[in-house]
Amino acid sequence: MNKETLSFENAFKELEETVRKMEAGGQTLEESLALFERGTELAALCNEQLDHAELRVRQLLPAPEGEVKAVPFEDWEGEGKWEPDAGFPF
Amino acid sequence: MPDRIYSISQLTAYVKSALQMDPLLQDVWVEGEVSNFTRAASGHCYFTLKDERAALSCVMWRSQAALLLALPRNGEAVLAHGTVSVYEARGIYQLHVDILQPAGLGRLYLEFEALKQRLAEEGLFDDERKRPLPALPRRIGVATSPRAAALRDILRTLSGRYPLADVLLAPTLVQGAEAPPQVVAALAALNRWSAEREPVDAIIVARGGGSLEDLWAFNDERVARAIAASAIPVVSGVGHETDFTIADFVADVRASTPTGAAAAAVPDGRELAVLVQGRAARLAELMAAEVVSSRQTLAVQERALARNSPLQLLAGYRQRVDELSRAAVLAWTHQLTLRRERLAGLRGRLEAVSPLEVLGRGYAIVRHGETGEVVRGVAQVARGDPIAVRVQDGEFEAEVG
Repeated sequence: MNKETLSFENAFKELEETVRKMEAGGQTLEESLALFERGTELAALCNEQLDHAELRVRQLLPAPEGEVKAVPFEDWEGEGKWEPDAGFPF
Repeated sequence: MPDRIYSISQLTAYVKSALQMDPLLQDVWVEGEVSNFTRAASGHCYFTLKDERAALSCVMWRSQAALLLALPRNGEAVLAHGTVSVYEARGIYQLHVDILQPAGLGRLYLEFEALKQRLAEEGLFDDERKRPLPALPRRIGVATSPRAAALRDILRTLSGRYPLADVLLAPTLVQGAEAPPQVVAALAALNRWSAEREPVDAIIVARGGGSLEDLWAFNDERVARAIAASAIPVVSGVGHETDFTIADFVADVRASTPTGAAAAAVPDGRELAVLVQGRAARLAELMAAEVVSSRQTLAVQERALARNSPLQLLAGYRQRVDELSRAAVLAWTHQLTLRRERLAGLRGRLEAVSPLEVLGRGYAIVRHGETGEVVRGVAQVARGDPIAVRVQDGEFEAEVG
């Protein structure tokens, strides 16, 4: 399992599912141990994502042929003048 | 002494019923200026209406206050409709307001009321239409002005609460005649992006505070219908606490400010961390319980195992091997005995026909001393020949005489 590809919500859902399975019981000790280890790994993954996430902001802009593209929208965090380079494209 | 003395409660109840029997007081319009306006935590609104010479206590219950386009401000001239009643506990009469409008109704207000009425009848505001927001959204669309402070409020709130969010801004004017079609286009762009590129879990439609006219774009029917038609749930956050727009009524979730809308759209990361911690702790607890129960099962099984142990089986086999080998020895011994007896029998029979037996009865065997041939006739020997005579217990030599 590649850690990096698992989003928080998927990791959290799987964690919930793991707890549900453990609660339902009926596994062998070995299976339980595997579930427990997986759950612990998922919890760590969730925490890591919560701790290190940074808000990603993009804005939609019209592109040729009626398409729409998303470009990074930066500098919104600055305390200075609120004059981002953006217009009203739609 | 007076004929009858009334309690305060009795008198107050009498006054109350007298007021309630007066048809004018049960269906009255008054015009005045708002003062001392307060909105209690319960949602009920209390205020005073006054003119130059008199004041009237007013109460507006939460259910009616919720329908207000905008809560009245102190000093504002309003037209109020309601019924006059008595508040017994304080011995005052008050107007229970059910309709409150700015005095000298403007065109905007009438338009607003008419549109609200129409959309409400169409069912656009119905609770059944309201969609829940996803518990763990991944992508949040924001339709607002990229130049307004409202956007910064929204982004700061999202960043503070739920930095996992991926934000897609659909820039739009939020004020003026061009605003409604732009808001509609922004909602359409986000919906299209969600359908064709990356799913968007919720859309925030927001605008900072302003005058009634400033917020008017969010009372536009096109905007209302675009919100209703959005495949993605919409959170509205337009103006201040006290402002209500048609967009608010149509939105799946209404927040009172842009910041509030951002907070409503995403969970709080700190709460999530606590939740994750709780799940992890629960897992550990379940695992510990399972280990304990497995130990107990193990103990039971160990005992069961001891009864069915392979060692036990082995001991059984050993015993069987012993038995078998004893049997084999016995069998062998028996065979041996049999064979010995049989041998003895054979030997007896052999001895019965042995020439030695005959010799025992006095006969002798004579062989020629030189050739060793058995002498069966006189012609085989001559005088002086050596002969060997075999008798039962030995042999001796002699000479033919």
